Amino acid sequence: MNKGVFGMRQARTSPSSPSGGEPGGAARRRPGFRMVMDAAQTSGPWWLPILSVTAAMIFCAFLIALNGLNPLVVYADMVQGAFGSGYGLGETVVKAIPLLLCGIGVALAYRIAFWNIGAEGQFLAGAMGATAVTMYLPHLPGPVDIPAMFVAGALAGAVWGLLPGVLRVYFQVNELISSLMLNYVAALLLDYFVFGPWKDPMGYNFPGTPMFQPWQQLMTFGGSRVHLGLGFALAAVALYGFVLNYTRWGYELRVLGASPAVARYAGISIGRKILTVMLLSGALAGVAGMSEVSGVAHRLMYGVSPGYGYTAIIVAWIAKLHPVGLILASVLFGGVIVGGYSVQTIGLPASMSLMLQGAILLFLIGGETLSRVRIVRNGPNGEENAAVHPAPEKRGGEAWM
Amino acid sequence: MNGLAVSYSVEMNGIVKRFGRVLANDHATFAARPGEIHALLGENGAGKSTLMSILSGLYRPEAGEIRLYGRPVPLQSPKDASALGIGMVYQNFRLVPTLTAVENLVLGERGFRWLGRSWRREKEEEIGGLLDQFGLYFPADRPIWQLSLGEQQRVEIVKVLYRGADIIVLDEPTSVLTPREAADLFRALHQMKAAGKTVILTTHKLKEVMAWADRITVMRKGRTVRTMETRETDEKELARLMVGRDVMLAGAAPRTAPGEVLLRVRDVEVIGEHGRPALQGLNLEVRRGEIVGVAGVAGNGQRELAECLTGLRPWNRGTVEFEGESLSPRLSAKDMITRGIGHIPEDRMKTGLAGKLSVLDNLLLKSYRSRECSPCGLLFLRRWERRMEGLIHQFDVKTPSLHTAVQQLSGGNQQKLLFAREIEQHPHLLIAVHPAQGLDVGVTEAVYRILMDLRNEGTGILLISEDLDEVMHLSDRILMMCAGRIKGEFTRDRSDRETIGLLMAGVSPGEEAAV
Amino acid sequence: MDVIAQLLTAAVAEGTPLLLAALGCLLSERAGIINLGAEGMMLVGAVSASLVAAEGGSVPAAMICGILAGALLGLLHAFTCVTLRANQIVSGLAITLFGTGLSAYLGKPIAGTPLAGSIPVVNLSFLAPVPAIGPVFAHLDVLVWASIALAVLLQIYVDKTSWGLNLRALGDSPATADVMGIDVGRSRYAHVIVGSMLVGLAGAYLIFSVAPSWIEGMTAGRGWIAVALVIFARWNPVRALAGAYLFGGLDALGFRIQLMGTQTPSYFLKMMPYVLTVVVLMVLGLRSRRGAPHMPLSLGSAYVREERF
Repeated sequence: MNKGVFGMRQARTSPSSPSGGEPGGAARRRPGFRMVMDAAQTSGPWWLPILSVTAAMIFCAFLIALNGLNPLVVYADMVQGAFGSGYGLGETVVKAIPLLLCGIGVALAYRIAFWNIGAEGQFLAGAMGATAVTMYLPHLPGPVDIPAMFVAGALAGAVWGLLPGVLRVYFQVNELISSLMLNYVAALLLDYFVFGPWKDPMGYNFPGTPMFQPWQQLMTFGGSRVHLGLGFALAAVALYGFVLNYTRWGYELRVLGASPAVARYAGISIGRKILTVMLLSGALAGVAGMSEVSGVAHRLMYGVSPGYGYTAIIVAWIAKLHPVGLILASVLFGGVIVGGYSVQTIGLPASMSLMLQGAILLFLIGGETLSRVRIVRNGPNGEENAAVHPAPEKRGGEAWM
Repeated sequence: MNGLAVSYSVEMNGIVKRFGRVLANDHATFAARPGEIHALLGENGAGKSTLMSILSGLYRPEAGEIRLYGRPVPLQSPKDASALGIGMVYQNFRLVPTLTAVENLVLGERGFRWLGRSWRREKEEEIGGLLDQFGLYFPADRPIWQLSLGEQQRVEIVKVLYRGADIIVLDEPTSVLTPREAADLFRALHQMKAAGKTVILTTHKLKEVMAWADRITVMRKGRTVRTMETRETDEKELARLMVGRDVMLAGAAPRTAPGEVLLRVRDVEVIGEHGRPALQGLNLEVRRGEIVGVAGVAGNGQRELAECLTGLRPWNRGTVEFEGESLSPRLSAKDMITRGIGHIPEDRMKTGLAGKLSVLDNLLLKSYRSRECSPCGLLFLRRWERRMEGLIHQFDVKTPSLHTAVQQLSGGNQQKLLFAREIEQHPHLLIAVHPAQGLDVGVTEAVYRILMDLRNEGTGILLISEDLDEVMHLSDRILMMCAGRIKGEFTRDRSDRETIGLLMAGVSPGEEAAV
Repeated sequence: MDVIAQLLTAAVAEGTPLLLAALGCLLSERAGIINLGAEGMMLVGAVSASLVAAEGGSVPAAMICGILAGALLGLLHAFTCVTLRANQIVSGLAITLFGTGLSAYLGKPIAGTPLAGSIPVVNLSFLAPVPAIGPVFAHLDVLVWASIALAVLLQIYVDKTSWGLNLRALGDSPATADVMGIDVGRSRYAHVIVGSMLVGLAGAYLIFSVAPSWIEGMTAGRGWIAVALVIFARWNPVRALAGAYLFGGLDALGFRIQLMGTQTPSYFLKMMPYVLTVVVLMVLGLRSRRGAPHMPLSLGSAYVREERF
């Protein structure tokens, strides 16, 4: 049993160096306070994401103010741009669709502590797969086109997702590195296609394929750019929630995520689980890529993803892998991306939204630890009395090997 | 000899240490002299490791005083303890596996130093001197991960000596050693004692204590019960002090007539970790309605045996028959579960229970696959709540609710939970590894009762344990395991402690004098 | 002959920032902290240097600013990973995102503005007549030589000094290091911050060698290549030196082929660093079945003092 208590060196208020022995008996205690970690609590409270978003916004406000801009104006601009109008809201939803699909994908992998950070590559693979259908099978009958693109996108994403899984299961290659590397391979592959064989001959040298035919485009709703991908995403999130909570398979994922050793003991085949999860995770990101090219861009082009796959990691993390959280977080970050575009009018780069995303994530992971820390007074009868919980096992997900 | 003022090198008075709700040390008192081997004897969970960890500065006591050579000392960290000449050899070695022995020894030395050839020669000479003095040998220039456990332990001990320790604490030093290595170790400890050092070792093995210790302190439930000279006591008394009652509860388990053979293992060979052979032609049989105890020093293939029979490790040669059917070595853990082989694993919180999951989730770990539990792959947990409430009640697991994370339960309740789940499966064969390790007497008795009841209902039980008393108390037949083989077999009524103890130490009954 | 010399020169020029960044990541990984923030740190280092240069600061001042910017982000990474014990992967990703955004935001006013100043060159003209490699080494700048020296020095530091020994212990078994009196937290902080300084320097170097002005996202994945390079080099500084020039050479070759008009292979050449890294990991994975550990064993996990074993 582990007592899950540790003293943080930074928190020691005593001037004596931690290494030097102090004079006096063993019973003498350091005066003052120290931080104690409550390891029994495995995750932060529900309001933590909200708090960290707020803190990140305040932090970035300082950076904005340093540059002589009024942060309130900038934020107002962002909010106005993302949520202030029907058009803005529509755009936010359009951005939320790939985030949600990729977010479900990575959340599924994180459920079993498989560090898939390759959603970006899987997204691009899906986009390429769907486009391949339009490039190489131009004479498909109209109604078959979309389903064929869907399947091709999902398959391409699945293959791209399966690669790190296979590498991990059969070659013990750390998935973190391999999935990351594959992102770059996919991006370069896409560059090759759009600068090379798939380039639109009539496109004035624009790095992109010819525009898709109308029957190769996903239907949109009303006058907005919101497309059928929203349906895919919502169906996927509903399925995700159901499967995790109410099926045998979901239960197995939960056990595996909690402890691989226990899963093995219970007869759950870890390798097979990793492969199926990565297959699905990649397929979801692939569908996101398909719906992006077919529903929004209507062509495959250079820079088709503004980093959806990476933002999806934050979405999954901030949502704590919870289905409803995933929906909320993807809309939030869709808004951040759209807000980033809208501040371009006042001369700020769109990638400012990345700064905000990074800050939110930093505050979130920092806050998750801090919310488990309590300041304890060093009492005369044992400094750790107040905060000791019998909490064994170090947090398994942290070790990434 | 003992009339003159006896000066103690170590005195610990009124030590209190708590882990959560568990009182690990309850005003424990301990004193050792220079030039003696002092054994700290107690069952698992008696608090001896905690007490020694306090002495080594790893844990800070909540109350109590520590004196070295009569002087009160502050012990805030392992570093303080090391500076005061206390060296601890942990049960789990603190060695960097990728570094060589010499590098491990000099680790953390102050200042910036050039590690050239002359430095290496100088260090090797210095360490060579220590090796010769105490008769501890190991290859100094190979990385630690290539050394055997015995060699690693010697590196640990030399590390402590190299750092100039006068008070040497060894936590369960023989648990990983072969009998020969253990004898070598004790000879080295004898040398240290002769050099005027204080040698303290924690153990629960009576034999070793009687053979090598000068004085003995017995601990029970966090308290020190008594300290005595070895020659003034005997195993029987020690055992009684350790357990707090007479160990041999003779006749506690009337033997029922065993049924037909359930499990037959023939000439099984298994490769263990690091490619070393772990089982080398093992034979055993378990019948329905009997408890077969496998006794032996840890690391002689017990773990691999349990893993083979539960589908966690394939065997290379030999046959395993279960219920008359020959099993393939490639069968998975799932196959073994569906065949009705239950498993109480050695490390319950690492393998048996998922600490982060709820009590309910953990209870379903073995049954969730059944069609009854998850029809068409659908698993609605809520439907199982009432039934599992009942199960928890039946096995007396104390938990705030079914949705509490298992890691918040006490060790005893965790083990009862594990038993509840396994027995709910109505296993035909149960593999129980160290089922009572770290449990207090009350829970231990509950666990024993469960095992007996199960046997009486006709289940075959393979009990693998290091605790000889446990094996002798429960088993209908006792098998002695050593170096991956079964070295001897006894029936319950003809079991002879002396012979078993000798076999356990790797000595055939004929060559007793060798110990 | 001439083509080869040109290619080698380009390989060294392109490889040097990779080497600096990789050595930085290597230091922090040897201490057990994986640094996925390298891309962000490089960008912030680059933008800080270009801001200083745009204000008329000297080249050394710009470099120092790049280093300091790296150090600040390194401090942040160390704080979240060591003190807060947060997930190192997520922290690194967050720093990359944050750094990418921050650099774009800070650099917006000077984006595309050509910057004056260059790094002094070490003239070894006597080498020039040596065939093939002579011209390559004749006119390299100070930082190239410094980075080569650094790789060698780091190798010596890790292998041959007591501090390096402590570092190896720290990366492989922090619990042991702690018991042996090494201050795990302080040492990890030091190595992460010094490593991040090198990554920041790598970014600053880009400004004065590869690109003459700040462009948003100008590192173009070099930070990630550096992360890959550390693995490719199996956490060994001198191997990182060779790997950096190999990866740099592949990039240079791709560029050259692109100039010749055929685009196709250049993309595949650019993929090579990533593919090669995965291949190296595969080979290591197969070999590690036989038990030889090759990576810092504690990499990626936080260390908690009073954990019971």
